[in-house]
Amino acid sequence: MSDVVEKTLTALPSLLSLDSQPGSAKLSSTSKLGNLIRGITELTSKHEEEKLIQRELASIKEQVSSPNTSMMKELMVRAIYCESLGYEASFSYIHAIKLAQQGTVLEKRVGYLAVSLFLNESHELLLLLVNTVLKDLQSTNLIEVCMALTVVSQMFPKDMIPAILPLVEEKLNHPKEIIRRKAVLALYKFYLIAPNQVQHIHNKFRKALCDKDPGVMTASLHIYLQMIQENPEGYKDLTASFVTILKQVVGGKLPMDFNYHSVPAPWLQIQLLRILSLLGKNDQSTSEIMYEVLDESLRRAEMNHNITYAILYECVKCIYTIHPKSDLLEKAAKCIGNFVLSPKINLKYLGLKALTYVVQQDPKLALQHQMTIIECLDHPDLIIKRETLELLFRITNAQNVTVIVEKMLEFLHSNTDDYTTIDLVGKVAELWFIETMNTVFSVGGDMMQPDIPNSFLKLLSEGFDTVEEDRKLRLFAVDSYVSLLQGEPGKLPQRFLQVISWVLGEYSHLREELEPATVMRLLAKLLDMKQTSSETKSWVLLVFQSAQEVSETYGSSMDTVLRQRAQELQHLSQDCELRARVLPQDAGLEPLEVDSSLSFLDGFVSEALAAGAAPYKPPHQRQEELAQAKALSLEPYGLSLPISMSSCSIADRQSPTLLSMSSGLSGDSTDLSHKGSSTTLKLDGVKRVWGREGYLAQREAVEEAAQVEVPSPLRSPSQQAEADSSHSQTPTPTPTPEPDQEKQQLASSLFFGLSSQSSVCLMGKSEPTPQRFRRKAKGQASSSGAAEQISNSLVSAPSAVDNFLCNNLLDSNITSQVGISSSEQTSELSQGPATTNGTCDTEAESTDGDIKGSNPSLIIGDNGLVAADPTPHKDPGSPKDFCLSSHLPAELSELCRSEITPLCSNQSLGLSACHVHKEDSLVLVVFITNSSDAAIRQILLDLDSEQLQVIYHDVTSHSVAMHQFSLTVKRPSVHVEVVGMVSYQLPVGTPQESLTLCRFSCRPLTVSTEEYGTMWLSFSHDTKQNLTLISDGEEPLTATLNVLKEKLQLHIVEIIGMEGIIACQLLRDQPCLMHCRVHADVLAVWLRSPVPDLPDCLIYHCQRALQEH
Amino acid sequence: MIKAILIFNNHGKPRLIRFYQYFAEDMQQQIIRETFHLVSKRDDNVCNFLEGGSLIGGSDYKLIYRHYATLYFVFCVDSSESELGILDLIQVFVETLDKCFENVCELDLIFHMDKVHYILQEVVMGGMVLETNMNEIVAQVEVQNRMEKSESLVGSVAKNGHVTFPT
Repeated sequence: MSDVVEKTLTALPSLLSLDSQPGSAKLSSTSKLGNLIRGITELTSKHEEEKLIQRELASIKEQVSSPNTSMMKELMVRAIYCESLGYEASFSYIHAIKLAQQGTVLEKRVGYLAVSLFLNESHELLLLLVNTVLKDLQSTNLIEVCMALTVVSQMFPKDMIPAILPLVEEKLNHPKEIIRRKAVLALYKFYLIAPNQVQHIHNKFRKALCDKDPGVMTASLHIYLQMIQENPEGYKDLTASFVTILKQVVGGKLPMDFNYHSVPAPWLQIQLLRILSLLGKNDQSTSEIMYEVLDESLRRAEMNHNITYAILYECVKCIYTIHPKSDLLEKAAKCIGNFVLSPKINLKYLGLKALTYVVQQDPKLALQHQMTIIECLDHPDLIIKRETLELLFRITNAQNVTVIVEKMLEFLHSNTDDYTTIDLVGKVAELWFIETMNTVFSVGGDMMQPDIPNSFLKLLSEGFDTVEEDRKLRLFAVDSYVSLLQGEPGKLPQRFLQVISWVLGEYSHLREELEPATVMRLLAKLLDMKQTSSETKSWVLLVFQSAQEVSETYGSSMDTVLRQRAQELQHLSQDCELRARVLPQDAGLEPLEVDSSLSFLDGFVSEALAAGAAPYKPPHQRQEELAQAKALSLEPYGLSLPISMSSCSIADRQSPTLLSMSSGLSGDSTDLSHKGSSTTLKLDGVKRVWGREGYLAQREAVEEAAQVEVPSPLRSPSQQAEADSSHSQTPTPTPTPEPDQEKQQLASSLFFGLSSQSSVCLMGKSEPTPQRFRRKAKGQASSSGAAEQISNSLVSAPSAVDNFLCNNLLDSNITSQVGISSSEQTSELSQGPATTNGTCDTEAESTDGDIKGSNPSLIIGDNGLVAADPTPHKDPGSPKDFCLSSHLPAELSELCRSEITPLCSNQSLGLSACHVHKEDSLVLVVFITNSSDAAIRQILLDLDSEQLQVIYHDVTSHSVAMHQFSLTVKRPSVHVEVVGMVSYQLPVGTPQESLTLCRFSCRPLTVSTEEYGTMWLSFSHDTKQNLTLISDGEEPLTATLNVLKEKLQLHIVEIIGMEGIIACQLLRDQPCLMHCRVHADVLAVWLRSPVPDLPDCLIYHCQRALQEH
Repeated sequence: MIKAILIFNNHGKPRLIRFYQYFAEDMQQQIIRETFHLVSKRDDNVCNFLEGGSLIGGSDYKLIYRHYATLYFVFCVDSSESELGILDLIQVFVETLDKCFENVCELDLIFHMDKVHYILQEVVMGGMVLETNMNEIVAQVEVQNRMEKSESLVGSVAKNGHVTFPT
């Protein structure tokens, strides 16, 4: 740069050069500033100083307004001096701006400096500077450009940025590197204060990153560090570039100028390492790119200078942030050790910081250095002490909490610094208070007086003294509860669970990195636990202010309180405004005014009435009317439902919400349940037998994806399933942002369920791997078991995935993995994974018949290899079926049942299953056929469901054992999958088989047109969709409906002209009605059901069925 | 980012104050006082880092300082800066001052506060580290010095009515 400046200055007579003494103190001491300074140093009291400065300011003010420009520079410096002492010289601001505007270059420099010291971004005078900056940015004098860029990066009014942005951008192409560098930093500043303004020049940042001058590149790293911090995903592609740059720097490829104490560009290295750690965080593939260079950095940074420690420290932090690699971790741990043990106190401090950073991942490291840590506790430096306490704070657990709190209190006694005290007191309170209360709750359990948890929550919500304090305390509570829930929530007392759910609901938003879905999942797990009382469940439900899925599930629950809560939050979650009003965040303890007369709804009601809504009728009256409704025969399938009807139903639905949320009265809750059951069907005493497993394959898909990312063997599949269900199942009324994707996933679930030629092949290709993957992830026990199994096995059969379609739509899907071990009998049999699917809760009603008989046709694979039968038996009505059906108990054989389908078999054992539609439930019947000559002992049929394990002690040779399971599925679904595993002992071996036992489908619902009409109006969940018509000869509507009837077991109620109505049900209380009308050449279908998601499920099945036709 | 750079002497008299984040005037004075209070009571054999000044920000901020004879150089930074890196940056800054002023002492900083600011502007720009190479910084400062000399000549010549040069 100097050469260009020289050029601009060549006009100046070089002969006039003065003595090269840069402004010495002597010269200035005679100046006015010198006098002022001397005057001040001679003063003894603050008061005198003030008087002197005021006098000085007055004199500056006087002179500054007289147009003697030669004095301006000095006057300005004096004003700056006064300001820096804390005396305001606001009169000089305008003069500073003037100076920057009009002065010579030197005056400009003082002017700009004064402006940047005096003013802030929002100062109104700054607007006067914009034009000056604009002018100087365009100046040919480099110094002026530099000054302008400097002042711009110091402070510039946000809304004026667009005015100068193009000019600054232009400077990125400036030939001088110092200008480019300053321009980059100025743009970075713009990015910080107005990110959207510089959005469009991202590619220019890239150009700066690739600048041939390393200084400009270094400057651009500021921007990248910031942007990557905000969005690491967006810049993964640059990882390799950063790694290359770092490699070159570390390898000494930069000019020697960049060395600092013979370390190549250390600040650049630090910056790069920070960027890399952001990029590699939670990203294995990206991390792998950088392992090598990190290793190199660690190696090159020999401990010779302070700055190399800086690099090492960043290196270590990076290694612990990115995806771990063991040998790097080892080196990093050694490095941390060096830091901690260093006699240099700065390094010790950083070592402790690093330890604090890594201790959660690697507590052993803290153990290694425990003696040093103990020493540091008594270190004379308070900062070191505090850092040590911070470290201890991180490793606090139930065992050491007492000691650590003691140490902290000790420190508190000796400490005088306010800030530290506040901080530490907060920590002690967190540790002590929450931990103690946790113990109290866990031990006290349900025996506790209810007011203890109440007052605890009150304390927590009212808070203590400072906001920050409360926040920390709540945060700690949230953290500790989340970890408790991740443990074994089943063991916690109900009251504690209630407290936990309340705290998580109120405060989990404080922990920003905690995904709401995670909390939801944990809480949802509580809901699905058997031992959770319904009181606790209603607490939990209260928490789900946004979890509609759950509410829908429980919206049709039998428990009225649960149902009401679910309904409430369902409406709340749909209406943000209402939610904000009813449940303000942090509303805490404001008293609620209750308007039990519901006068606030008067306007709404009268509006609804005016719109033609029916007036409110008490439930009993409505019931009577409904009873008569059959005779009234409402037009059942008019697509144009009267609007008044729907608005009336909205009124009905909303009023209980408002009422109960504001008053706790639940006067209308009966009305709600009544609505649900007004369909001639009685809900009372009926078990809910169906789960909403319609998204099953989708859930698996998500589950697998999740596991690919985080292969955590500790998470049980049930948790996974919950997690996925909580975000994958989209409520019907609110459309998803990506319906297509969901549809695809759903479609894949249908591939899974409904088999056809194409789907079989699709299945065969895509499913086995994930299936195996899924199995592996099912808990440590099972994976280790599987490993042993494989290692022990002499012959292991490939997994086979078979698919069945039976006439009556029992979709059997067999996924079997057979590992045969011919080793000695092992006791590992019982290690079959007792995994829970979480959504499917099966109750065993054991009826095992041990029926003698032989079935030689089941012997397959007598070639010595024992394998799962890869060929599905598709022939319905085979002799097998006949044989096995004779084993059905009499009370079941009368009922509608599915085909008896062989699931899998080997040379000794065959498994078949069917399901029977009982009136109130679904019975899964499993036949175990022993086709070998010897008795098979200890057959263990292990269904993938809670508390279901059936042990047959043995099945004698050539006999069939039959077992019934009554399935209660908690959520409605058109398809349910039950996965199970059979293990047994032969005298010679220990085969284990796992299989998908069964998938189920819906059944017809026979109703009359009148009943249909009544039901239609009372159902709340609906879906509309167009289907393709089938026109092979017959009348298209009839043909299409017949196909559906045949494939999906629907009941065609009536066909009138171009319209048809169809009914089906999952179980007695879960009907789904379908109205079809031919429109041009498509079939417009409208489905309604009281069960959420059921219409959606069914429509997809219809689509599949028609496609396959 | 660097939030503020404070230089004060052993008695807490500010010698150079530069905030990169806006604080009101009285707040600035309070920060200076508190920082001095925190830093001055620390021995020279303890670490150069201080955490948790309650004024300039919470746990994200730290003070990194060096003590030279009569002067404290304090950089107030957030967590995006490397502690040891900043510590060496202070060293670079002081060495640059030393080179520019030839054996810098407190008096130089008092009488040439503006020059110290100009030098600092070449090291830190708007809170971001601009240059860490002392020679580069000195070169930039020298360019400006040369300009200063020429201009003062131009000024004096112009006053005498002999020659006028465009600036």
